[in-house]
Amino acid sequence: MNGAARPPAGLLVWLAGGAALALVLALTLGAVALVALRAEGAGALTTPDLRALRFTAWQAFLSAALSVLLAIPLARALARRRFPGRGLLVSLLGAPFLLPVIVAILGVIAIWGRSGWVNDGLGAIGAPRIDVYGLPGVLLAHVFFNLPLATRLILQGYAEIPAERWRLAAQLGIEGRALFRLLEAPMLRAVAPGAFALVFLICATSFAVALALGGGPRATTLELAIYQAMRFDFDLGRAALLAALQFALCLGLALLAAGLSAPAALGPGFGAAPERWDGRGGLARAADAALIALGALFLLSPLLAALLHGIPGLGAMGAGVWPAAGRSLIVALAAAALSLALAGALAGLIVALEARWAPAGRLTEALGLLTLAVSPFVAGVALFLALRPLISPVSAALPLIALVNALMALPYALRLLLPPLREAARDYGPLAASLGMGAGARLRLVWLPRLRRPLGFAGGVAAALAMGDLGVVALFSAPGAPTLPLYVYGLVSAHRLEAAGGAALLLAGLSFSLFAAFDAWGRARDPA
Amino acid sequence: MKTMNLAAAAFAFALAGGAAAQEKLVVYTYDSFVTEWGPAPKIEANFEAVCACDLEFVAAGDGAALLGRVQLEGAGTEADIVLGLDSNLVAAAAETGLFAPHGLTPETDAPGGWADPLFLPYDWGWFAFVYDKTRLAEAPSSFEALIEAPEDVTIVIQDPRSSSPGLGLLLWVKAAYGDRAPEIWEALAPRIVTVTKGWWEAYSLFLEGEAMMALSYTTSPAYHSIAEGDETKAAAMFDEGHYMQVEVAGMLKGTDQPELAARFMAFMLEEGFQSVIPETNWMYPAKTPPSGLPEGFAALPVPAKTLAFPPEEARAMREEALAEWLEALSQ
Repeated sequence: MNGAARPPAGLLVWLAGGAALALVLALTLGAVALVALRAEGAGALTTPDLRALRFTAWQAFLSAALSVLLAIPLARALARRRFPGRGLLVSLLGAPFLLPVIVAILGVIAIWGRSGWVNDGLGAIGAPRIDVYGLPGVLLAHVFFNLPLATRLILQGYAEIPAERWRLAAQLGIEGRALFRLLEAPMLRAVAPGAFALVFLICATSFAVALALGGGPRATTLELAIYQAMRFDFDLGRAALLAALQFALCLGLALLAAGLSAPAALGPGFGAAPERWDGRGGLARAADAALIALGALFLLSPLLAALLHGIPGLGAMGAGVWPAAGRSLIVALAAAALSLALAGALAGLIVALEARWAPAGRLTEALGLLTLAVSPFVAGVALFLALRPLISPVSAALPLIALVNALMALPYALRLLLPPLREAARDYGPLAASLGMGAGARLRLVWLPRLRRPLGFAGGVAAALAMGDLGVVALFSAPGAPTLPLYVYGLVSAHRLEAAGGAALLLAGLSFSLFAAFDAWGRARDPA
Repeated sequence: MKTMNLAAAAFAFALAGGAAAQEKLVVYTYDSFVTEWGPAPKIEANFEAVCACDLEFVAAGDGAALLGRVQLEGAGTEADIVLGLDSNLVAAAAETGLFAPHGLTPETDAPGGWADPLFLPYDWGWFAFVYDKTRLAEAPSSFEALIEAPEDVTIVIQDPRSSSPGLGLLLWVKAAYGDRAPEIWEALAPRIVTVTKGWWEAYSLFLEGEAMMALSYTTSPAYHSIAEGDETKAAAMFDEGHYMQVEVAGMLKGTDQPELAARFMAFMLEEGFQSVIPETNWMYPAKTPPSGLPEGFAALPVPAKTLAFPPEEARAMREEALAEWLEALSQ
């Protein structure tokens, strides 16, 4: 128990972690409570709402299961192969889920839609055409978004298996299935449930993508019902009730996942580059090459289509696009810094709680994912209600957008930071405590070197997500000073779809560049 | 030199003070209205030139969120005027009790006229399915013709639960077919490639070739023709008639500038406002300005019949129509 050995460091962990948790709860459960209080009368659930709940849960479950199950072999192949362009491919895995929704929809449709590349190809060889609209379309789009995310999470798990374990396994002649069972399976047990929960939450709150690719109202999610209640009916009671239902679904799933996961306990290593002796046979090489090629094709083709779609509009974006991009960049960087600080504080709290009473740690871990489950519409209205008596929410628009997005990106950062922090605490905590290291020294010597990679990745994700956010921005938009996503919508409303396509591409490009810069920093000291 | 600077500063201060003392009118509107391509910049300049006041447009979210924002703020709102409510929201807006009568009896060019004590129209348009003449040689001439058309004549529409045009289509079918609406929707279902959250997704999918037609406005082809010089887009004219959308503004009871607000409401139907509308909002001006319509607008086909429910009826109709729509498309 390192907290007991050095009370000052321990106190800091409790205070910072507690504050982060309080912020999370305020923006999630607090927001729903506030909206419910403001409502005149409680809402009631209808039969279509229950249908929406069922569809939401089912598509999110399938999307998450598919994403994680496909990510395991892909990450496994990427983890044990080195080839030219590997670094770029691993970076590009960050691209799909950072795309603005409409860009992603058009990208997926350009490949899989009725007049997409796949159908053109099938038509050319006289094969029957496919129609993706419906559940297959929803799953296709969600896997396109989240397979790369899950792959990166699992890849990080691989990177945390110490090189010494691979060497020992090779010396003992352990290969194939036995190797998987002894080294890879424990790591997957630690990482995969969290990845599953994260993807489930992302998909459970999907709305525009699910609807457009779902082909119609059969693909109604809870988020759509919340939007309708909030925007069209202004029925706050109903919106709060639906939001609470969405929370219950997501929290239940997150708790289940937190319960299923178990630390890999593979022990400490010296952090050297792992050399892999397994999978050197021709068949294994061919299989890995095929997996990587298929994965790359599936992920890169819609990206390429999105790129081609946006290029013609780049020249027509208008002069206002650059100040808007500048505003968004500032918001993104602020959100990233804040998000990392919050995730670090919360992860520290979870590790400290786990050392005392495991269920409390698990509950906090699940609560930390909850900001993904809060509807941006509900959060926005709640913030508006809470702040209006104090300040003009519009005048504080940019800081608010940064704060809310920091919280929205928190689940990603937490998911990435928690497993390595846990391992580091277990492997080095007692040593650090016995050496009498203070909080600063521990941070510098123990945590940061081990957390650099996830910090870079998580910071990149937070920055990119904040860059592209529109959900919360809408209520606080300052006239004449739009962020880039708002600027894009302005172009759309003026019917300038081509220019909007260009500006959306610029947005996607900037988001990805930010992400790639953070990620490159995180991986700069990577062994090999 | 120093005194000169001080004098200049004092002068500038007096000027700034003068500007602050100017009366200020706050107009809440939807986001797209205030962008650099929207109507707001030109209208602001035109009104300020005649009112000796400071007109401020505040973007308060997208169309439906606008009313929600005013409801959230209640009587304490800073807004003097809310501009940009869809005619289908008028009944709900009147019920909030936040709006004051405008006291005007203007003549408008909106088909069927307009007589509402609280709200005044500033533009309007007809919903329509837009198609590409190079891809579809002969557009269907009615919903029933669309149902009978070859299988590849498909549409992409917006969801009535999240989009104004989507709600407009719902009421369009209801106005044209009444009790037969459910069977029309059922027959249309195979033609609907998909349903989207908003106009952008639907129209983009149409432009990408995923569907032959997209739900939009009869004025959409004017944008392609005027702004892009593209003459390939056209609106399919339906024999049943086309449902009309009217966009309105109302002044708030709690305004601290009742006279200025009333002046703005009157100005709304004058040339300085109306001439800006066609090529920024891509809708018909509520009162055609003396300078007339832009060329691309004048050439647009006009529906034989205009369909519209009065606000109260539209509101009463919505729930039932929505339930029918969900039922028909969820099978």
